[in-house]
Amino acid sequence: MKHTSYNLQAKPPAAGEQDTLLNVCDLQGWYGESHVLHNCNLTVRKGEVVTLLGRNGAGKTTTLKAIMGLLKARTGSIHFDGTELINKQAREIARLGIGYVPDSRGIFGSLSVMENLLLPPKIADGGFELPAIYELFPNLKERLDSYGNKLSGGEQQMLSIARILRTGARFILMDEPTEGLAPVIIQQIGHTVRRLKSSGYTILLVEQNFHFARKLADRHYIVQEGRVVDEFHNNEVEANLEKIQGYLGI
Amino acid sequence: MFELLGIPPQALFGQVLLGLINGSFYAVLSLGLAVIFGLLNIINFAHGALYMMGAFVSWMLLTYFGIPFWFALVLSPLIVGSIGMVIERTMLRPLHELDHLYSLLLTFGLTLVITGIFQNYYGVSGKPYPIPDILSGGINLGFMYLPKYRAFIIVMSILVCFSTWFLIEKTRLGAYLRAATENPEMVSAFGINVPLLVTLTYGFGVALAAFAGVLAAPVYSVNPVMGNDLIIVVFAVIVIGGMGSIMGAIIGGFSLGLVEGLTKVFYPEASTTIIFIIMALVLLFKPSGIFGREA
Repeated sequence: MKHTSYNLQAKPPAAGEQDTLLNVCDLQGWYGESHVLHNCNLTVRKGEVVTLLGRNGAGKTTTLKAIMGLLKARTGSIHFDGTELINKQAREIARLGIGYVPDSRGIFGSLSVMENLLLPPKIADGGFELPAIYELFPNLKERLDSYGNKLSGGEQQMLSIARILRTGARFILMDEPTEGLAPVIIQQIGHTVRRLKSSGYTILLVEQNFHFARKLADRHYIVQEGRVVDEFHNNEVEANLEKIQGYLGI
Repeated sequence: MFELLGIPPQALFGQVLLGLINGSFYAVLSLGLAVIFGLLNIINFAHGALYMMGAFVSWMLLTYFGIPFWFALVLSPLIVGSIGMVIERTMLRPLHELDHLYSLLLTFGLTLVITGIFQNYYGVSGKPYPIPDILSGGINLGFMYLPKYRAFIIVMSILVCFSTWFLIEKTRLGAYLRAATENPEMVSAFGINVPLLVTLTYGFGVALAAFAGVLAAPVYSVNPVMGNDLIIVVFAVIVIGGMGSIMGAIIGGFSLGLVEGLTKVFYPEASTTIIFIIMALVLLFKPSGIFGREA
């Protein structure tokens, strides 16, 4: 299958595009010898929820990892809030105010819920305090002394999001937060994402659950074989439903 | 005076005390190894040589600079720990992505080099190191004579071991270390400098070895091969306690020292092998060690 690279913006944001928070240009990435990202281009504006949609193995998670600095072999440009990230390490990127919620959830099994919650250092003012986190995720409050590996998948996902909210990061990379969760938990995660959006958080969301994504996102990028191949505003989804479903194989 | 199983109390408690002293060294050394292996996955074969360096540095501080034991107790671990950090930064870090065997071979080679350098300059005969005045002499407990310095070793070892346990299990820094052991990538994605954490942890583990070396200096003669035999037993201790288990290293170290001491009383022929027999049994029935987690 031949793809044309979807070239959204192959240059740093211009003066009129100052609300652009993240601008990814010609991003390429490698796992060892394997070339996995091919000229990936996308932008995220302040306060938006943007999704990366695509089939398994399309390169969505890898794109997030490349932005976060966890994919070390990468070239191109990743511009975040006036700073170029391409040569920065993950710890430096996190300190710029980017929070990462991985698909594996990244919960530390040998640490208690409280230790997991307090682990990421505060990087900016304005993060959630513990009472606000307990209000958002009441289950966590009851399990503070439990070890991470004793939590259910839903609780782990809540903890994974909660600990990032504490840090004060205002841009969150969220990788498949609904994967393998019960509908009631998915609903709770959706409620949380909506609340974050209304509080001014910017979210780049990788999701396989298209029905979940379309309820939350402002825009959607379609990722195939390591490149962004299409983009839809949420209000264009209905008109392009067949095309999108074709992309996603649903 | 009473006898226990026909053994005079002086002999029995003397060996118990000796066992506890050996156990103190086993505990502090195996704790350092457990910290390094548990958190960094490095099998630090150079631990015995670094223990020897701890003793030698305290001897050098006294001999060349007139710096007494009490200052050496702090300075020597700091100096040797700093050397450890340089070793980690320059030699071990490039091997981090490779199999454990590479770091094992490197640290084994380092042991030979460090021991060789000290042998070249100081020979193999022991250097005497005096017991501090305040700790010389002993107390007659009625059933046994307790040398003050021996009691000091045991108390200091217990203090250091449980402080280390507290640091790792109960503090924010310890939580970072435990988290970095499980998933270093995730910890770095939180903005934490994992390579620095690794260097400091290795330095801390080495400083523990050096601390044991300073404690040992007045008891054993300070010589370049003093860590060679000890390290083999210490490796057996951490296998029994559970590779990387902090509590396993502490409890295993003290209790195996005690078992070794009691074996000297009841069946002296087995005293040098008892720890290895226990190791074989543990490997047979619980390969992850008594306090180790199943893989």
